[in-house]
Amino acid sequence: MKPTDIAHPDYFHKVVDCQWACPAHTPVPEYIRLIAAGRYGDAYMVNWNSNVFPGILGRTCDRPCEPACRRGRVEEGNVEIRKPVAHEHGTQPEPVAICRLKRVAADNKEDISARLPKAPKQKNGKRIACIGGGPASLTVARDLAPLGYDITIYEADPKAGGFMRSQVPRFRLPEAVIDEEVGYITGIGNIEVKTGTRVDSLKKILAENYDAVFVGTGAPRGRDLDVPGRAEAAKNVHLGIDWLASVSFGHIDKIGKRVIVLGGGNTAMDCCRSAKRLGGEDVKVIVRSGYEEMKASPWEKEDAIEEGIPILNFLVPKSCRVENGKLTGMSFEKVKAEYDAKGKRNLVPTGEAEQFFECDDVLVAIGQENAFPWIERDAGVEFDKWNMPVVDKVTFQSTNPKVFFGGDSAFGPKNIIWAVAHGHEAAVSIDKMFSGEEMKDRPLPAVTVISQKMGIHEWSYDNDISAALRNKVPWQDQKLTLKNIKVEVELGFDAKAGFAEAQRCLNCDVQTVFAPKLCIECDACVDICPMDCITFTENAEEAELRTQLTAPSLHPDQDLYVSEKLRMTGRIMAKDEDVCLHCGLCAERCPTGAWDMQKYLIKMTHAGPGCRKPQRKAA
Amino acid sequence: MTYLAKPKLHHPSLAPNAAGYTRRDYEGKISTLCAGCGHDSISASIIQACWELDIQPHRVAKLSGIGCSSKTPDYFLGNSHGFNSVHGRMPSVLTGANLANRDLLYLGVSGDGDSASIGLGQFAHCIRRGVNMVYIVENNGVYGLTKGQFSATATKGSKSKRGVLNPDEPVDLVGMALLLRATFVARAFSGDKKQLVPLIKAAIKHPGPSFIDVISPCVAFNNHEGSTKSYDYVRQHNAAVNRLDFIESREEITADYAPGEVINIAQHDGSQLRLRKLAADYDPTDRIKAMNHVQERAAAGEIVTGLLYLASEAADLHQYISTVDTPLNQLGTKELCPGSAALEKINAGLR
Repeated sequence: MKPTDIAHPDYFHKVVDCQWACPAHTPVPEYIRLIAAGRYGDAYMVNWNSNVFPGILGRTCDRPCEPACRRGRVEEGNVEIRKPVAHEHGTQPEPVAICRLKRVAADNKEDISARLPKAPKQKNGKRIACIGGGPASLTVARDLAPLGYDITIYEADPKAGGFMRSQVPRFRLPEAVIDEEVGYITGIGNIEVKTGTRVDSLKKILAENYDAVFVGTGAPRGRDLDVPGRAEAAKNVHLGIDWLASVSFGHIDKIGKRVIVLGGGNTAMDCCRSAKRLGGEDVKVIVRSGYEEMKASPWEKEDAIEEGIPILNFLVPKSCRVENGKLTGMSFEKVKAEYDAKGKRNLVPTGEAEQFFECDDVLVAIGQENAFPWIERDAGVEFDKWNMPVVDKVTFQSTNPKVFFGGDSAFGPKNIIWAVAHGHEAAVSIDKMFSGEEMKDRPLPAVTVISQKMGIHEWSYDNDISAALRNKVPWQDQKLTLKNIKVEVELGFDAKAGFAEAQRCLNCDVQTVFAPKLCIECDACVDICPMDCITFTENAEEAELRTQLTAPSLHPDQDLYVSEKLRMTGRIMAKDEDVCLHCGLCAERCPTGAWDMQKYLIKMTHAGPGCRKPQRKAA
Repeated sequence: MTYLAKPKLHHPSLAPNAAGYTRRDYEGKISTLCAGCGHDSISASIIQACWELDIQPHRVAKLSGIGCSSKTPDYFLGNSHGFNSVHGRMPSVLTGANLANRDLLYLGVSGDGDSASIGLGQFAHCIRRGVNMVYIVENNGVYGLTKGQFSATATKGSKSKRGVLNPDEPVDLVGMALLLRATFVARAFSGDKKQLVPLIKAAIKHPGPSFIDVISPCVAFNNHEGSTKSYDYVRQHNAAVNRLDFIESREEITADYAPGEVINIAQHDGSQLRLRKLAADYDPTDRIKAMNHVQERAAAGEIVTGLLYLASEAADLHQYISTVDTPLNQLGTKELCPGSAALEKINAGLR
């Protein structure tokens, strides 16, 4: 293998699995250390800069970081450490509770308002319209307003927030948190939010001579059910996302006693838990697929079950039964999963009799779709055969150079953190466009790598690995939460539990950096490494090299860090990054300082001077 | 050394051996030796060898004297018996322990100061008595604990860290072991575990006095230019006579070698020692030639490593003095005081 190019920003970035997996590339270990140090405000600001909505995301994020978290892989096979403890979930290896730590920062921070950007006195004269007041538009506004752009956000609902406000129920995300974090953005100054203003024509917006238009209108159309009886039962069959929005805005405050929720995604979980709070006594979720294949996040399924909501799998809706003009129940066909030669799943009927479930109301949460009835097809924005706008994957620009898309409206339904990531990128494009630069020419992120050595065996991070299991977030008493839809279920970690959980983080951003010229091949690092990550061996091609490692390579997607040839023996150092604890013992045991622990911080390229070509200063 | 204990977390694939222990179970306390000390690599090799041989930790006694090397038994086999003796007196204590309980595996760990200076007599007599043990000398040529004075194994003319040349002749422990008929004699380098681990395994399985001289660089006081026991010097002057593969009896012998390249030596317990020749005409079963070869190469400035000598017929102290098969510490009153009838019989035999 060729020696690893650690100067490339991506190499060490990938080692920080959580940050690499985060669409907005939030520096997770950095803010977790700040939480452990009790510097909640600083931790909050690290988050705010990356993901804009730490308090909201700390409660609702889809957390792509957690399945990626190294801690889960590290605890694998360590049964003796995962001794069952009464209050713990179990003995499964589990990642750090990254998402809920974000909330710890948000809940405990001091007043950070003075640290937020303000609109500059000198505006740049550019006016940007953001259609839709959700996370994508708000991110664009936050990134551009402090640079002197004047932003106008059009929001159909009474308050900005989009999906976060209309669809995420209040028992998961209190109104005050949304108001606070949306307020941080609108408080910048030069952002006007036109609430209650539904845009029904892109042409009209373009006619108002905005310099650019950002479309962040989400995926606003719930997919409907098409079965016999659906039309007759219309009064009691509701589209999940519309129903949730009506609940959020107080238009609906009750539902029938027996409720069936159709669908297996996170919206279905929000629907069933909301129904339980609005008078639903017998609420059940009925899903076509098996439990494991359901789209909902595992924890959201668990939370629904925890609240006494059964999830019935492998049942396909067949018909609604309506008696005397009223819905009385639904029939389902039992199916099973069969896999064809290509591994594709087919749901085939088992041949059993149809199952009938009585109900008073049905909530349909079987998917969301994009819809752009308000964009005239001759407004210069090209649409593809699926009726989706043609959007550049890097710049988020549409075929109308002035119009950009982001969030769910760009590439279909995803989640808040992806919307934020899109918003950042679209803001970069807009800023480059008005700086007269090539939009596709995007600078690499800025990276700093700094040694953490403080003394002979002292590091500026805590390298004593905690063997503790994942802490469970405490819940409010169900007697309270199931009665009132506005009572938040999760109480969040207190400072003590937050600290304990923060200590589970392995500090993957503190990188093991190897200087081959200093190595005397004494094997001290190989001997001390608790995870057997390090090997000194003859060089070979990657596949071959992976078979020569001290411990077997379990995840080929995890990189090998390979040095150049060593001076004395001509061997190379190969480190499997997979399960490194970043404990720094290799560096402590190294007599020559060939190993060093260096903190890698990456500053993603956001709109502003960082995304533009360096300007030569006038002499 | 490190301030932190090694984290208990281990690689997910870490597996137990036939005795039910993982490699990590054979570890000891965290080493307090200098970072990069060769001794730590030897500890790691002992751990690896014991794990591979499925050794029951409680059937091992590790004994040592005084010095950096003699501290190391604290850093491996944390669940085995240990005895840290007076300086240079480990061989006597080991001999005594072995006589009392012949069933344990005896691991004597010593250094060049402990065995070649203050304990030279003990070393010699323990070898010549043929005590069944693995005697490892962690040989760095300096007194590390007292800041780097030459030890008795330092090469004449080699340079100390302060620039002083050594005026004295070195004690050649390998030569003495051969002379005094250790039945297994090897030399290795702490920086080459591929060589060291099979040698330790073979020595453990050898039923007689096994001696391994391990050149183990002292990073703090003997790893400079002019030293003959530095990482660089040993790598440049290492003249390995052979490569040993230790093959347990249950393993199948698969690799093919051209005739003449390999010597297979069957052990008593059915295991095999397979030696890949590196030096042509080196015969590890010929003690006299071995002595000559080691001396010859040493005179040429080379450090001969590998399995240097293996006696075809190994015997040990218990055979020489005809002790009973049962360990002495397990004999009860019935065996030790057989009664007046037995005494009469003995007395009659002496009349």
